Amino acid sequence: MPATGFTLEALKRILLEGAGASEEVDLDGDILDVEFDALGYESLALLETGGRIEREFGIALDDSALTVARTPRALIDVVNAHLSPTPAA
Amino acid sequence: MAARSDAKVVVTGLGIAAPNGLGTADYWAATRAGVHGIGRIARFDPASYPATLAGEIDGFAAQDLLPSRLIPQTDRVTRLALVSTDWAFADAGVRPEEFPEFDMGVVTASSSGGFEFGQGELQNLWSRGGAYVSAYQSFAWFYAVNSGQISIRNGMRGPSGVVVSDQAGGLDAVAQARRQIRKGTRLVVSGGMDASICPWGWVGLLASRRLSTSTDPQRAYLPFDGAAHGHVPGEGGALLVLEDLDSARERGAPQVYGEIAGYGATFDPAPETGREPCLRKAIEVALDDAGIGPQDVDVVFADGAAVPELDRIEAEAVSKVFGPRGVPVTVPKAMTGRLCSGAAALDLATACLAIRDGVIPPTPHVTPGDDYDIDLVGAQPRTAPIRTALVLARGYGGFNSALVVRACGL
Repeated sequence: MPATGFTLEALKRILLEGAGASEEVDLDGDILDVEFDALGYESLALLETGGRIEREFGIALDDSALTVARTPRALIDVVNAHLSPTPAA
Repeated sequence: MAARSDAKVVVTGLGIAAPNGLGTADYWAATRAGVHGIGRIARFDPASYPATLAGEIDGFAAQDLLPSRLIPQTDRVTRLALVSTDWAFADAGVRPEEFPEFDMGVVTASSSGGFEFGQGELQNLWSRGGAYVSAYQSFAWFYAVNSGQISIRNGMRGPSGVVVSDQAGGLDAVAQARRQIRKGTRLVVSGGMDASICPWGWVGLLASRRLSTSTDPQRAYLPFDGAAHGHVPGEGGALLVLEDLDSARERGAPQVYGEIAGYGATFDPAPETGREPCLRKAIEVALDDAGIGPQDVDVVFADGAAVPELDRIEAEAVSKVFGPRGVPVTVPKAMTGRLCSGAAALDLATACLAIRDGVIPPTPHVTPGDDYDIDLVGAQPRTAPIRTALVLARGYGGFNSALVVRACGL
């Protein structure tokens, strides 16, 4: 597991590898709070993205995680929650 | 638009991707000159397969021609289909975004869908596990994927579909497009594209037992030759813009290549019945549909199976309808290999160019067998005014289709 957790840079790389980028969108712009739909990614692109994140980071996301997390910031938070060590009881 | 069962349906744009030329200009220059595009397979190592030659398209740089969003989700065949559609629209002077979306449909033919993509994902599945299978496998392999992606990219939501009848499909799709236009759709993109030169696609093609095992590119695919011994497969095809003639005139289309004037399709009886094959009937139905007689046809683009029994059936059908050596017959696909669903669509596009330029393209490297009573155009093209062309196509399993394309003024 990378020490820095799941970053926007990692998400952008995985989006590009798995689904490319829309010509009308600059992924290097301020996209953290822009909805994936507006970034040109439909549900299948997010499914592919989720699968790649799971493979690379060795986690299992809930089926609903990708529909609930509608922006890069929300998805990054969900992934990082999975990456955090479970607090001791 | 109101439905009119007698509406003239015309070809106004061509988009061509072929082993001997990418784009209409390159393809037509090569085809007129008898330049073939057959060689040893380069896309994978064919050494362990009995057939090693194919017609492959060189120099297709999809990443330069399509948005990056489309690359991870498309097989090579869909990229070829999307780019060829772009070219056909440009040729027709159509900007799809200026048409109401329900006035445009897509009807393509397909024989195998995105097989190379599918092979890769199946390899991921059994070597690495289900988590490594692309989400896009859900549609990227599928027969209807070219129609679907053309529809999405160009905002075309009118009547659409896919026809799967092997080589005959290229004509069957155009016939279906004509039906939709006559029912009131202004414009339909039609034709066919196949590209499955990958191990998975190759074993499927080998199963037909009709592939040439020759290693000499100039002697491997010899339709109507006494030395015919099977065919060479290829990749590519053509997408065409079809329109209602009145609508094309109204919008000021730059040209009309020809009218889809007649169509006939038949299905052969089972071989054990001993009944006559039905290609001849398909020709007669198509001529009838066009309201013409055999004397009105200036050239026949033959199916050209290069399997002796199938060549004999086709030569007999043609000579019975047109009389012995009664019409020039050509098989330009001898230069490209057989392109599955793309073959007849490419032949139709080629017929349009033949009508435009008054040139019958050659059938290179072939010495017609003495048994065949047909006037096969040989290694040299012929110059002749061409008003009406007949395109023939047969699909594995018994499909026969015939289509008449006729010169038509704007």
